[in-house]
Amino acid sequence: MTAVPLLGPAVPEIFMAVSALALLMLGAFRAKDSTTLVTWLAVAVMAVAGGLAIHGTHNAITFNNLFVVNGFTVFAKVMTLVGAALTLLLINVWAHQEKAARFELPLIVLFATIGMMMMISANDLISLYLGIELQSLSLYVLAAYHRDSQRATEAGVKYFVLGALASGLLLYGSSLVYGFSGTTSFDGIAAAVKSGPNTIGIIVGVVFVIAGLAFKVSAVPFHMWTPDVFEGSPTPVTAFFSIAPKIAGLCLFLRVLVGPFASMIEQWQQVIILISVLSMVWGSIAAIAQTSIKRLMAYSSIGHVGYVLIGLVVGNEEGARGLLFYLLIYLFMNVGTFAVILSMRVKGKYVEQIADLSGLSKNNPLMAASLATLMFSMAGIPPLAGFLGKFYVFVAAVNAGFVALAVVGLLASVVGAFYYLRLIKIMYFDEPAAAFDPPGWTSGIIMGGSSILMLVFFIIPAPLVDSAEAAARALFLG
Amino acid sequence: MTALSNFITQLPILSLLTFLPLVGAAFILALRGDSETVARQSRYVALWTTLIIFVLSLALWFDFEPGTAAFQFEEKYDWLPQYRISYHMGVDGISVLFVILSTFLTPICILASWDAIQKMVREYMIAFLVLETMMVGMFCAMDMVLFYVFFEAVLIPMFLIIGVWGGGRRVYSAFKFFLYTLTGSVLLLAALLAMYFQVGTTDIPALMAAKFSHKMQIWLWLGMFASFAVKVPMWPVHTWLPDAHVDAPTAGSVILAGVLLKMGGYGFIRFSLPMLPDASHYFAPLVFGLSIVGLIYTSLVALVQTDMKKLIAYSSVAHMGYVTLGVFAATQQGVEGAIFQMLSHGVVSAALFLCVGVVYDRLHTREISRYGGLANNMPKYAFAFMVFMLASVGLPGTAGFVGEFLVLTGTFQVNTWVALFAATGVILGAAYMLYLYRRVVYGELTKDDVKAMLDLEPREIAILAPLVLVTMWMGVYPMSFLGIMSESVAHLLKNYHDALATTKAAGIAPLGSQLLAWLK
Repeated sequence: MTAVPLLGPAVPEIFMAVSALALLMLGAFRAKDSTTLVTWLAVAVMAVAGGLAIHGTHNAITFNNLFVVNGFTVFAKVMTLVGAALTLLLINVWAHQEKAARFELPLIVLFATIGMMMMISANDLISLYLGIELQSLSLYVLAAYHRDSQRATEAGVKYFVLGALASGLLLYGSSLVYGFSGTTSFDGIAAAVKSGPNTIGIIVGVVFVIAGLAFKVSAVPFHMWTPDVFEGSPTPVTAFFSIAPKIAGLCLFLRVLVGPFASMIEQWQQVIILISVLSMVWGSIAAIAQTSIKRLMAYSSIGHVGYVLIGLVVGNEEGARGLLFYLLIYLFMNVGTFAVILSMRVKGKYVEQIADLSGLSKNNPLMAASLATLMFSMAGIPPLAGFLGKFYVFVAAVNAGFVALAVVGLLASVVGAFYYLRLIKIMYFDEPAAAFDPPGWTSGIIMGGSSILMLVFFIIPAPLVDSAEAAARALFLG
Repeated sequence: MTALSNFITQLPILSLLTFLPLVGAAFILALRGDSETVARQSRYVALWTTLIIFVLSLALWFDFEPGTAAFQFEEKYDWLPQYRISYHMGVDGISVLFVILSTFLTPICILASWDAIQKMVREYMIAFLVLETMMVGMFCAMDMVLFYVFFEAVLIPMFLIIGVWGGGRRVYSAFKFFLYTLTGSVLLLAALLAMYFQVGTTDIPALMAAKFSHKMQIWLWLGMFASFAVKVPMWPVHTWLPDAHVDAPTAGSVILAGVLLKMGGYGFIRFSLPMLPDASHYFAPLVFGLSIVGLIYTSLVALVQTDMKKLIAYSSVAHMGYVTLGVFAATQQGVEGAIFQMLSHGVVSAALFLCVGVVYDRLHTREISRYGGLANNMPKYAFAFMVFMLASVGLPGTAGFVGEFLVLTGTFQVNTWVALFAATGVILGAAYMLYLYRRVVYGELTKDDVKAMLDLEPREIAILAPLVLVTMWMGVYPMSFLGIMSESVAHLLKNYHDALATTKAAGIAPLGSQLLAWLK
């Protein structure tokens, strides 16, 4: 008889899963519409899970080596939970405005988040795949959630088909790795890769795994789905797509490459350099021509992924620290921006053209100031936190000798600045268009709060950097 | 008096100067009432804030110890301790005068915008106060990251000032300004990061003491050059400046010409010269060449302008050519002359833009041909304009003369030909400025709308009078400014030439030295 595995390290996930089922019952058996109640309970569940993660076990491996917890996973999970919780609030606002409120909505988000946490803690190719699929299947449903809308349905199908393809690539890569190393466990793979000469089979396998993961985090050239899905999905769902899955995906990316495949750095580094450069450059250039703000945000997030990947290229502790810090800033920049996009309503109808922002500075100065702050931050202009985010990844790159990569990134950021400035130009320099309805307090607090945070993080970065550093150190200790 | 000055030296004066404008901005943000009241009150709050800051900054002037090259009024706090990047402020004889220049020009800008700005007054005043924070902070920063932060952050308020309150092709100009400068700046950032990893800190005094290999210096120098040359601006990357000037509101042009252009020259003196002496020496002929081409070319371009602001904008490029010449001549006279030229240009070109603003407010055009004969109905204006015009020409007894003379002397010691070509710029400068003055102020007073123009009102006199005084003072007794900077400059040059002497054994000839030798 096998012993019961140690459950302690997985308490946050288990708690979330049990709570999600309980909330499902609650929603099903309550006569009235319970979306708001379930949403807030889901947020509370996430908060508790975050607390459990922070105060729970910090260094453990369980479930037969499938599941790992360390300082890095805790940091990544907390970021994911914060991103998911904030977007959940936006989803609730949207659902009521669009009369699409159903209690399943927050629950799907909750399940997706559980999947992300599993991804982050995966210590085996099998558990990695399970986490990704739990996340992805929930996301496909979310994309098509607005089922009366043709665009949303299209987005859902497109995401599903391409996502399935990416999962296939990932699985194929995993099977090659397994075939050539004889194990699916990260530690086992690490040992196999380190000891023997790297056979072509493992290298091909890694490339497939990278392709699959790059698809999930929408890095160029695996980004094609992003603009369409971002545009077609309901706005707050787009916000969710652009934050939590990317954070989880990038953290997983980092763990996989510097964990089992650490000794193959020379092989995968060149692939990541290419992906990173392409993402930065294409994310900046393609965004210029966009007229829909959601497509713009899609390309913006592609560009940001490129910068984050610089941290991955470096592949050392400093790079990981830059990556985590960038993601943290990215989280708040994006959630704030989407709170603004969600407030773009004229007479109760959503608008999403960039031109609809015209003259916002006169109609709603505070909203315009928030968005302008966030845009300057995204462009990486000091004194805003976005600058520090870029600064840390470039620090890591230059220190490791990737000067050319840093220079390409810096120049791409100038191109990127152009389209962020374009939004500011439209808000501040152009004549007013139709005024937006006043934003609700949830969106107002999120957009105002995150733009203030951009300044606060800039002035007092030390605590955040410290925790990112601790997380990065934990990752490299194993 | 000693008690007072003791008290002042106890204060973190540089941080006060840097961040007090933000307090004023917060105050303006808190104003409530109908838009008329808010506009009026925000004008007053901005004016008082900037005046108080100016008075405070005079403490720097009086308490500054001129006999030393050391940094004074230092403050240091941890900011990013993991990276050994700190909030480190301080001024030496080079930067202290720029701080005062910034605090001196800002209240003038506020006054100049008193009636000219009618829309979004509150936001305008906030933008200007934020701009002052960034300018002062930049000149006080003694940590390179801190410097970079202020250096870049200047772009945000200036972008908005041009784009929101400008005229003509304001959007185009705002974008051009922003992207041009940002492109240069990111290369500076790359250089900064590379230096940081060589030395392990971004503290400016430590970087000055550090030695970089010759090859590395070349790359670092080019990275910095990309940024500072755009900011100065040097030919051929000056094209953003005429656009930005023409489309900016008057006060925006004033601060752009008065302070923002100085950031480039200051950067050369603070970073390129002391930190990268070999590369500076190596590239000096390149800088000379570009400066001379810029000087003569932009002077010729200025000669044919029909728009007053554009003419003065091109003259700015020409005048800043002397600055780069003086800096890279790397002689005592040259560098002192460059700094003095920056200060005098800061005052004089700012004043010239204000003079354009005065007539623009009345006739709403900057076409030179629309004016003529203003000496008849605007004698006070004609007088003030004349003082600044002559100072721009470089007439002895005005601020412009001292800087140009010192730069030419300093350059002459290094290279006769360069000095000769540079001196042609003086003649061309006289040509376009006198030509402008003749067309606007002299001649028959024929046009009806020009006849109806009133002379300076008290507010405008209050703006221009201090500038006239400073212009004359700088021209008549330049020692009160040169005395402050001379020790710091001497120290800088001593280190520079020592560094060159030690590397001379390596035997690296400067770029194009054979060509210059042949010319001699």
